[in-house]
Parts: sequence; C-alpha cells; structure tokens
Amino acid sequence: MPLTDQLRDDILASVPSLRAFAISLSGNGDRADDLVQETLLRALANIDSFQPGSNLPAWLFTILRNLFRSDYRKRRREVEDAEGSYAKTLKTQPAQSAHLEFEEFRNALDKLPQDQREALILVGASGFSYEDAAAICGCAVGTIKSRVNRARSKLSALLYVEGAEDFGPDETVRAVIGGSG
Amino acid sequence: MKEAKKQGGLNAEIQSRIGHQLRAMYDDVVRQGVPDRFVELIRRLDVPEANPHVGTAGEKNDGGE
Repeated sequence: MPLTDQLRDDILASVPSLRAFAISLSGNGDRADDLVQETLLRALANIDSFQPGSNLPAWLFTILRNLFRSDYRKRRREVEDAEGSYAKTLKTQPAQSAHLEFEEFRNALDKLPQDQREALILVGASGFSYEDAAAICGCAVGTIKSRVNRARSKLSALLYVEGAEDFGPDETVRAVIGGSG
Repeated sequence: MKEAKKQGGLNAEIQSRIGHQLRAMYDDVVRQGVPDRFVELIRRLDVPEANPHVGTAGEKNDGGE
C-alpha cells in the first residue's frame, strides 16, 4: 500500500519497541539504532509489499530480525562491550545493586543461543503471540514454544542456580545445562 | 501461568522474576520514545518532493526524479 500519513504514524509508533528489540538482540545501543534505521529504510522502500490491515509491528520486526541475523553472521567474531554500550542507552543509570543485577541478567541473556534469545524476547518482552513470533522467525509455532521454554530454563540455571555466582558462571553453568543443549 | 505451574513452585517464582527482568530491560528502552533521528528520517523520506502539483491524491509521481 502507499505510504499514507496514518501508516507513517504507525511506523513511527513502532520505533520504541523496534529499538528495544534491537538492543535486546544485540546488546549494543549504537548498533541497535543503526539496525532500526536500516529497518525503517527497508520498510519504506518495500512499503508496497505491506498488506493493509495486516500486523505492521510483526512486519517491521521481521525485517529487523532478518537484518540482524545477516549482520550478526558478519560480525560474529567482534568482541563487544555489551553491558557498557547498553548502559549508555539508558536515560537514568540504575542504582548500584540494581545495576549489578541488571548486568547479570544481560550477561545471561547474551549467553543464550540466538534462536532462543529472540524467541524469548518476542514472546516475553515484546508481547507477541506464539503465532506472530513464529511468523517473524519463519518457523513453526511449536518450535517457538520449545525455544522459549529452553531459554527460560537456561536463564534460570544461569541466574539462580545455587553457588553459580561464587564460582563464576561458566563452569557451573556448563555443568548444569551441559546435557540440555 | 500454565507452564509455570507445571514446573513447580520455586521454578514458577524464578520464571516470574526472569519475566520481570526481561520486561524491565525492554521497557527501559521503549520509554525513551522515538529519537529525533527517526522522526527526521521518516519525515525526509515521506516528502519525496515538495511539489504543489501532485495530480492523484496521496500518490507520488513516478519519473519525478
């Protein structure tokens, strides 16, 4: 459909959640905004292929997700300062202890396999239905459900397994979740 | 809720905490709204030419580049 004022407003209204999705996926605020920008450019260039009345946020998230995945393959080897960059994007710095907890959570999220992380974010944070999340990721609904479940159990192993913090996450966690990958 | 129940009490509590943290992280960004760069981006692309003689309603002329 042509780019109407209404559609333009709807696209803009999706920007905050697109940014949140991009930052949750990439852990990097600057890169996330570039991703959002590229998503908007793609969306506007391909606006004719958007079906009026269909789910605009899901369409935009699909574009962003695909861009991220192709980008991710290219940058896989780069070492990123995930927490630092993310913290910069926050308007107010969290208080010290909350900040620590936040960093732990962010680190644990980054340890999830890509497929599981995106499924968890789409369903658990963006609020998409399993069906919409499956459409965005191009997989079956059952696949999304199992990815979300695996993501949740890995996160709880990473964050809440007794003693994990004392020994440093890697060894303990590997021992705990080793068989489930 | 259904899934949490299946996995038992402690697990349900942990899951709800994880859900809360996930949304807190996400909503922090959502609350920042739309940065100016994106407002400008859309505005810029939205007006391909500031041309008063557009024939059909809302339809941009092709060949106008």
